[in-house]
Amino acid sequence: MKTYWWKALCVVLLLYTLIAGLLMPVPAKDILNETIRNLHFHVPMWFTMIILFGISCVSSIQYLSSGRLQKDIVAVQSANVGLLFGILGLITGAIWANYTWGAPWSDDIKQLCTAIALLMYFAYFVLRNSFTDLDKRARVSAVYNIFAFAMLFPLLFIIPRMTDSLHPGNGGNPAFSQYDLDNELRKVFYPAVIAWMLLGLWITEIRIRMRMLELKSLLS
Amino acid sequence: MHTIRQIVGLVKKDLMLEWRQKYTFYGLLLYAASTVFVMYMLLHQPADKVWNALFWITLLFISVNAVAKSFLQETAGRMLFYHQLCSPEVFMIGKMLYHVLLMAFMSVVCWLLYLWFLGNPLIKLGYFVGICLLGGSSLGIAFSLLAAVASRAGQSAALMAILGFPIMIPLLLLLTRVSQVAFQEVYQPGLTKMFWMLGSLDVFIVALSLILYPFLWKN
Repeated sequence: MKTYWWKALCVVLLLYTLIAGLLMPVPAKDILNETIRNLHFHVPMWFTMIILFGISCVSSIQYLSSGRLQKDIVAVQSANVGLLFGILGLITGAIWANYTWGAPWSDDIKQLCTAIALLMYFAYFVLRNSFTDLDKRARVSAVYNIFAFAMLFPLLFIIPRMTDSLHPGNGGNPAFSQYDLDNELRKVFYPAVIAWMLLGLWITEIRIRMRMLELKSLLS
Repeated sequence: MHTIRQIVGLVKKDLMLEWRQKYTFYGLLLYAASTVFVMYMLLHQPADKVWNALFWITLLFISVNAVAKSFLQETAGRMLFYHQLCSPEVFMIGKMLYHVLLMAFMSVVCWLLYLWFLGNPLIKLGYFVGICLLGGSSLGIAFSLLAAVASRAGQSAALMAILGFPIMIPLLLLLTRVSQVAFQEVYQPGLTKMFWMLGSLDVFIVALSLILYPFLWKN
């Protein structure tokens, strides 16, 4: 039972996020209004994506140093689920932007960089599928995975700071901490981040176990 | 000393191969010329911004082809031969230097073609040529590891474009920003910072390629 505690925590926190995130009072601001609630759903997606891509990169490094195919499975599945969270983050952002910026897609640098990051990981899967040999596939795609993750940093953390952006926290726009004077949002935001991260890890864990079983039946 | 001699030897070998099999090199030149000619037929004299963007896109396509070609001509047997002669890092440095030379030359050729066909909107010629050499060699360096990855997968240009284009975007964004100054007297804030970023990005890519290439080499 003791290994399940974090799954229970995930479900409880997710329920709390959904109920409190949609019903708790929020600071009423011009333009933003109720859309500020998107904070609990949009921002944690990016945290989860980065964590999962990080796990994927670390497992790729571990694969290259150990040569165990299990590590390759961890790398692929976390990249897979990370991609899912990235797409969800893009969609939640687009819905929010539709009501605040007036259009779902406005060529904002943050949106463009996200799209590029997702393209990089799509390329990773195309590269994987161009091999038939298991070991060769694992090794070459591990090399590309590490390279892509390293190139993600200039993309996500340097380029957006070079140009103006409409996004909260950039180009003189206040981030949520300035709106949140009475710490009302934080009460939901921090649990929400933990909840979505745990959900991401949970999905990844199930997928990894599935692939491990497939690998076992393949090798025996 | 020994490694330096090895690197020089490798670069010399690549240059010599280029000289003996001139058709691939002429093919590359013709590729550049016909791309620029297509641009000319479609646009004649484009505006500054379009000129700049098209120039870097053309250079991107040229570098994909140039770098892919250099890795594709290495057969499996020849790779085994190199494996006995030198370490993977030395091999990668040699390839990168060769790509820098090739791309520096090709970017100047591309620039001349652009001046010839699409007109000259530049007011700072020397500055732009400098950026051009820097940008061309950056692209050559950045594509080196990707070409090695793509050649491992057994298919080159198409896969290289998929793998490379998203990764090249930060580089291209920086380059277009930096080269904007050559077109008009504008105040570009943070220009030196951008040069630093470009330089550190290059160093970062070189370091990463040298760390990762030995794993690709093993068969």
